[in-house]
Amino acid sequence: MNIHEYQGKEILKQYGVAVPNGEVAFTVEEAVEAAKKLNSTVYVVKAQIHAGGRGKAGGVKIAKNLDEVRDYANELFGKVLVTHQTGPEGKEIKRLLIEEGCDIKKEYYVGLVVDRNTNRIVMMASEEGGTEIEEVAEKTPEKIIKEVIDPAVGLLPFQARSLAYAINIPKPLVNKAVKFMMGLYQAFVDKDCSIAEINPLVVTGDGNVMALDAKLNFDSNALYRHHDVLVMRDLDEEDPKEIEASNFDLNYIALDGNIGCMVNGAGLAMATMDIIKHYGGDPANFLDVGGGATTEKVTAAFKLILSDENVKGIFVNIFGGIMKCDVIAQGIVAAAKEVQLDRPLVVRLEGTNVELGKKLLNESGLQITAASSMADGAEKIVALVG
Amino acid sequence: MSILVNKNTKVITQGITGNQGLFHTQQAIEYGTQMVGGTSPGKGGTEIEGLPVFDTVREAVRETGANASVIYVPPAFAADSIMEAVDAELDLVVCITEGIPVIDMINVKRYMEGSKTRLIGPNCPGVISPGECKIGIMPGYIHTPGKVGIVSRSGTLTYEAVHQLTTNGIGQSSAVGIGGDPVNGTNFIDVLRLFNEDPDTEAVIMIGEIGGTAEEEAAEWVKANMKKPVVGFIGGQTAPPGKRMGHAGAIISGGKGTAAEKIRTMESCGIPVAKTPAVMGETLIEALKQRNLLDLCKTVNVK
Repeated sequence: MNIHEYQGKEILKQYGVAVPNGEVAFTVEEAVEAAKKLNSTVYVVKAQIHAGGRGKAGGVKIAKNLDEVRDYANELFGKVLVTHQTGPEGKEIKRLLIEEGCDIKKEYYVGLVVDRNTNRIVMMASEEGGTEIEEVAEKTPEKIIKEVIDPAVGLLPFQARSLAYAINIPKPLVNKAVKFMMGLYQAFVDKDCSIAEINPLVVTGDGNVMALDAKLNFDSNALYRHHDVLVMRDLDEEDPKEIEASNFDLNYIALDGNIGCMVNGAGLAMATMDIIKHYGGDPANFLDVGGGATTEKVTAAFKLILSDENVKGIFVNIFGGIMKCDVIAQGIVAAAKEVQLDRPLVVRLEGTNVELGKKLLNESGLQITAASSMADGAEKIVALVG
Repeated sequence: MSILVNKNTKVITQGITGNQGLFHTQQAIEYGTQMVGGTSPGKGGTEIEGLPVFDTVREAVRETGANASVIYVPPAFAADSIMEAVDAELDLVVCITEGIPVIDMINVKRYMEGSKTRLIGPNCPGVISPGECKIGIMPGYIHTPGKVGIVSRSGTLTYEAVHQLTTNGIGQSSAVGIGGDPVNGTNFIDVLRLFNEDPDTEAVIMIGEIGGTAEEEAAEWVKANMKKPVVGFIGGQTAPPGKRMGHAGAIISGGKGTAAEKIRTMESCGIPVAKTPAVMGETLIEALKQRNLLDLCKTVNVK
């Protein structure tokens, strides 16, 4: 799960990580009020959307007085911001973060990720702050310094010090940088983050070490123990179909094609998208109905797929293991009738009681094209959709 | 012969009184797995399906002589269950549970350092040595004893591969689901090494997917060490970057973990990669023919 920058900064503050003073605003009036409280000479007006690249896209403005804050807030609220991470459709700005400006001396990068090779959390730091870290990793990998963290003892002060020295934090500020990193790590572990990125971390003219931006992502499997994080979820930032899917415990991801897919198992669901593409078609979605595909779940899945106007046909690919094919077939028939299916449906069933399942589909009176294998099914749906 | 489990493996179910635990314990007994008991804190001293239930894993091991366990405990408690099994010094722990927080698994891996226990999973279908022992949620009847090993990050794709082999007359030595999580107990290389050393495994199918670099590392290992033919498949060639495709570990992030890169590395290491999931079996058969192993691997009479 993602949260907004201002929410990330609220969490970090609780862990002693320094951030600029600021407040979120949902209206122009709130933006001006927030700026008044700051008692500053420079204000930063920052669009809050779940995507990076906001600055380059014109979503971050520097205001010199309250009138300018008002003007920029007027300009940004309701504006659709298109960054390299939003896709061409962009995202509408509904929240602004109003912050005091600060005197930036230099920008750095600090991040935490779960490293799959060591099975540990790794802290990364770089002198090349302010730019995309992927770009730095690509062009000058030697400028990214890493420390692997032992979960039994956590990030140790000497490790944070090593990082601070390695990225040339000014010597008098190293202790502040260490405190910053230790706080960031503690927040990461306590809140079950999956990614934490501070880009940039800045050193200011008045000798502070601060997070100018904050990107925190959370492990969705751990949200059950973080109610405080869960309430920060912003449904406006998510695909409505993906929200609907999560209500039915379905794994759904919207794609650009026109062939809807319903599959059991994540691996098979991905492979089904691949094989549709292989035969010249375009999948409209990834959808894993999971192991226990009940009639209710299958019905919900059908409705979800059909709610996408681009969908011209559906391919159901089920390998019934423990799930019996006749039960799945019953679910498909009931669901297809309930949603009054009006587009071609190709069904490939394999596994326990497959013959019984096929018989149920054949006798249903529905226009269902049976497929004898995964390849056969993919070819048939591609041909039907044309 | 087989790897990891065989007819002598004595298994307990952790979480045996839950729906999943009970159902799959029954299925395992039906398959012929030597199930010897189970645990369910607070229900020690009772019996279920004719098996004794214990409060703790240590007690279960002491009383039954179990050397393996399978875990069907909800995600919030599963990490604790794995560590309890490690503490009881079981040889093998298979964790089926999906949805364990990553940080819990990082702690589990740290806890397991220096222990003798091998963990398979979590978020996996389990391990089967056809005709001998089934630990997990895979449908037993699609498997048949033979000489081809399978290792996979995905459950249903493993079934797909097994099914393609069986219908082509090729049996399996063992099929191991290593799971779809980013931090897991056993990786591709661990299982490939076991298959390499198993005298009755002649070839291996390795099924990977987007996310991480485990397939690339395994491919390099195969090139340097593997004496037996390996073929592969990678799921998620059409997956968009930055989206988690069902499995917690199946995500392309920062341009890393793409299917194209995995396939390229595997092919450059001499691993033929099936173009579609429908031809995993065919790809293996082709590799067997080239090494004159096909007749040896035809262990099933196909009608």
